[in-house]
Amino acid sequence: MWDYSDTVKQHFFNPRNAGAIADANAIGEVGSLSCGDALRLTLKVDPTTETIQDAGFQTFGCGSAIASSSALTEIIKGMSLEEALQVSNQDIADYLDGLPPEKMHCSVMGREALQSAVANYRGEVWSDDHEEGAMVCKCFAVDEVLIEETIRANNLSSVEEVTHYTKAGGGCSACHEGVEEILTRVLAEQGRRFEPSSGPAKAPERQRVAVGIPVMPARPQTTQQTIQGRDHAPTAPAPAPAPAPAPDLGETERSRPSLSNLARIRRIEQTIESIRPNLQRDHGDVELIDIEGNDIFVKMTGACSGCQLASVTLGGIQERICEDLGELVRVLPAQAMARSA
Amino acid sequence: MMPSQQTNPGIYLDNNATTMVAPEVVEAMLPYFTEQFGNASSMHQFGDRVGRAIKTARQQVQRLLGAELDSEIIFTSCGTESDSTAILSALKAQPERREIITTVVEHPAVLSLCEHLEKDGYQVHYLKVDANGRLDLDQYRALLSERVAIVSVMWANNETGTLFPIEAMAEMARAAGVMFHTDAVQAVGKVPMDLKTTAIDMLSLSGHKLHAPKGIGVLYLRRGTRFRPLLRGGHQERGRRAGTENSASIVALGKACELAQAHIDAERSEVAALRDRLEREILDAVPNSFVTGDPSNRLPNTSNIAFEFIEGEAILLLLNKLGIAASSGSACTSGSLEPSHVMRAMGIPYTAAHGTTRFSLSRYTTLAEIEQVIAAVPPVVAQLRKLSPYWQGDAAATEQRFQPSYA
Repeated sequence: MWDYSDTVKQHFFNPRNAGAIADANAIGEVGSLSCGDALRLTLKVDPTTETIQDAGFQTFGCGSAIASSSALTEIIKGMSLEEALQVSNQDIADYLDGLPPEKMHCSVMGREALQSAVANYRGEVWSDDHEEGAMVCKCFAVDEVLIEETIRANNLSSVEEVTHYTKAGGGCSACHEGVEEILTRVLAEQGRRFEPSSGPAKAPERQRVAVGIPVMPARPQTTQQTIQGRDHAPTAPAPAPAPAPAPDLGETERSRPSLSNLARIRRIEQTIESIRPNLQRDHGDVELIDIEGNDIFVKMTGACSGCQLASVTLGGIQERICEDLGELVRVLPAQAMARSA
Repeated sequence: MMPSQQTNPGIYLDNNATTMVAPEVVEAMLPYFTEQFGNASSMHQFGDRVGRAIKTARQQVQRLLGAELDSEIIFTSCGTESDSTAILSALKAQPERREIITTVVEHPAVLSLCEHLEKDGYQVHYLKVDANGRLDLDQYRALLSERVAIVSVMWANNETGTLFPIEAMAEMARAAGVMFHTDAVQAVGKVPMDLKTTAIDMLSLSGHKLHAPKGIGVLYLRRGTRFRPLLRGGHQERGRRAGTENSASIVALGKACELAQAHIDAERSEVAALRDRLEREILDAVPNSFVTGDPSNRLPNTSNIAFEFIEGEAILLLLNKLGIAASSGSACTSGSLEPSHVMRAMGIPYTAAHGTTRFSLSRYTTLAEIEQVIAAVPPVVAQLRKLSPYWQGDAAATEQRFQPSYA
C-alpha cells in the first residue's frame, strides 16, 4: 500500500473544488495514456485583473491524482495567471506534504493542466513536451526516458556517471541492473559497447564518492587519508582518487584564479545560495562553514544530512563551484574540518 | 486507515493475493517450532519425528493433486521458485532446445523470467488471448516443435480467474514430444485435479493461496521427467531441492491440502454461489460495468469487474475505508505506470482497464459480508464518477466532450 501523507488522504477523501466551474473561461484538459490519468481543469479568470476567481477539477485517476488536483485548485485560487504559471509540480507535492516517488507524475499532470488552461484562456494552443517513461530508480523517482536522454546528451558510459547526472541508482542501488540495460541499449545505438568496468569507478566506492576530489597530487597524503571513510583505514598510500566528472577547464583557467579573497568568498557564497533551492526542494539544505585555501567546508542539513546521496551532492556542489570560480577546489563535509586541520 | 481489529476485522475479498492461514493449519504447524524442532535428516528420534511428519505432508499434497507417487512432490519455498525451477531445469536438461512457449497473461513469476531468458538468446513464444482471455489452440499447435524445451501455461489466471484447457494442452505437448509445465497456484484447491491421468510433467503450487502460510511451495515433477535442480547441496528432496526442510510450513501445507480436498466441492458450489450473487447485484446496480475474462469458464471464487471511467486505486482506497479489501488491475496499484498486462492483452479499453476491480472470495467468506459489499460498491463508484471528466450527470460523457491532449 502506498505511504500517503495525511494531507494526501484528506484531499482524496474530501476533495476541494471538485466538479466543473459553470461559467469557466479557461479550460485545460490533459491526460496520460500510459498511466491512465486524465484531468480537466476549469477556471474562472477575471479578464481585467487576470486573477483566478474560481477553479474546479474533474479527474480520472488514482488517489494521489485526485489529491493533486484538489491541491492545485486550492493553491491557484486568488492567484494571477502569471503567479499561477510559477506553480511547479513540486509546489503541489509540497502542499500535500509529499508524494511517493512513483506518484510524482500526478503532480506533473496538475501543472500541465494549469498551463493548458492558461493557454486556452489566451487563445493559444498548448502542447505537451513532457515524455514519461517507466520508473527505473524508485529512491529518487527517475524514469527511463530521463536516463536515456541524459546518457545521450552527456555521452555517459557508466552507472556511476548516470548516478552523478540523474541521481538514478544513488540510493538502494537495486536499479543498477536496469541502468546497465539502458546503458547497453543507448551505447549500442552509438556503436559502442557497455563495459561494466569502464568509467571512473576504479577507486573504492566510498573514497570516490565521499570526496570526489579532482586530481591534486600536491595534497599531503595524510589529509586524504583522514577524509576517506572511517571504515577504510588505508594501509598503503591510497590509490589516486579518480576524478569526479570534472568541469572542463581550459589550461589557462586552471592556473591561479585572479579573484581577490573577498570576491572569491562572495562567489562561493553565491554559488552555494544558487544550489540551495534545489536541495530545499528535496527538503534538505547546505550551509557554508569555512574556506581554507582550496578546501570548502559545508554542512548538510535537513533531509541531506545522513542521506545516502550526500556524498554525490557534495560532488555536484564541488563541480559547480569549480565552474564558477574557474579553479579546482574541494568541497568537504564540515566534519572533515577538524581532521584535516 | 484500517478499522481496528476489535471494532471491525474487515471484509477480506482478496484471496487471490493471499489467504488467511486456516486455524487447523496453525495448530498443526505450531509444535514444529517448539518440541518438534529436529532436522529431518538426523539419525536420532528428534529428526525421525520430523521426517515422519514431512512424509505425511507429502502424501497429503499428493492426494490433493492426484499424483501417482509421493516422490513426485518436491517442497520449495514458493510458487515463484517452483516456476523458475521448472523452466530452468527444462532448458538445462535439453540444451539443444532453445524455445519456450508461454502466454501473454502469465504471472510475472513466469513472464519476467522468460523476458530475461530472451536476453540470453532463448526464443519465447507468447500465446495471445482473445477479448475473453481465451487462447487460440491452433496457434499453440503450430508452435510445438522439437525446438521447444518447455511449455509453461497457467492453469487459472490470477486476475480474471479464467481457466485454460491445461489437460488438453499438456496432451498436445506430449504428442509433440515437448515438456509441459503449469503454474497452478490459483487453481490448486479450487479445481479438482488428478495429475496421474494427465500429461502434465510439472506443476507449481503455492501454500499461501490455499490457507497455508507464506514461504512454502511445491513443484510436482512427474516421475521420469528429466530434471536439473535449481539449488544443489544436501540430499533433501532426493537431491532435487537442497536446503534444510521448512518442516513447520511443510506440515502446515500438508494439513491445508487435506482441508482443501475436504472443501473442494463447497468451493465449487457455496463459494461460487456467493461470488455469483455479488457479481450479479453489482452489475445490476452499477451502470457501465462489466465482467472481464471468461465468465463461463473460470475459478469459482473470482470476479473481476471493470467500472468504466474511474480508476482502481481510488476505488480500493474508498472500499478500504469501509473495511473492504479487494484488488485492482490499475497501473497505480502496482507501482508501474502500465495497467494490468492481462487487461491490455484482452484489449480492454484503458478507461475500463484502470478501473478493474477483483473480488476474490474464500470458503471463509460469508453471505453477510457479501451483502455488505453489494451495498458499499455502488455509492463508491458513483462518488468517483462524480469527479471523473469522462462522466456527466448519470451517464458517460460523449467522446467529444472530453478529449485531453495525451502525453
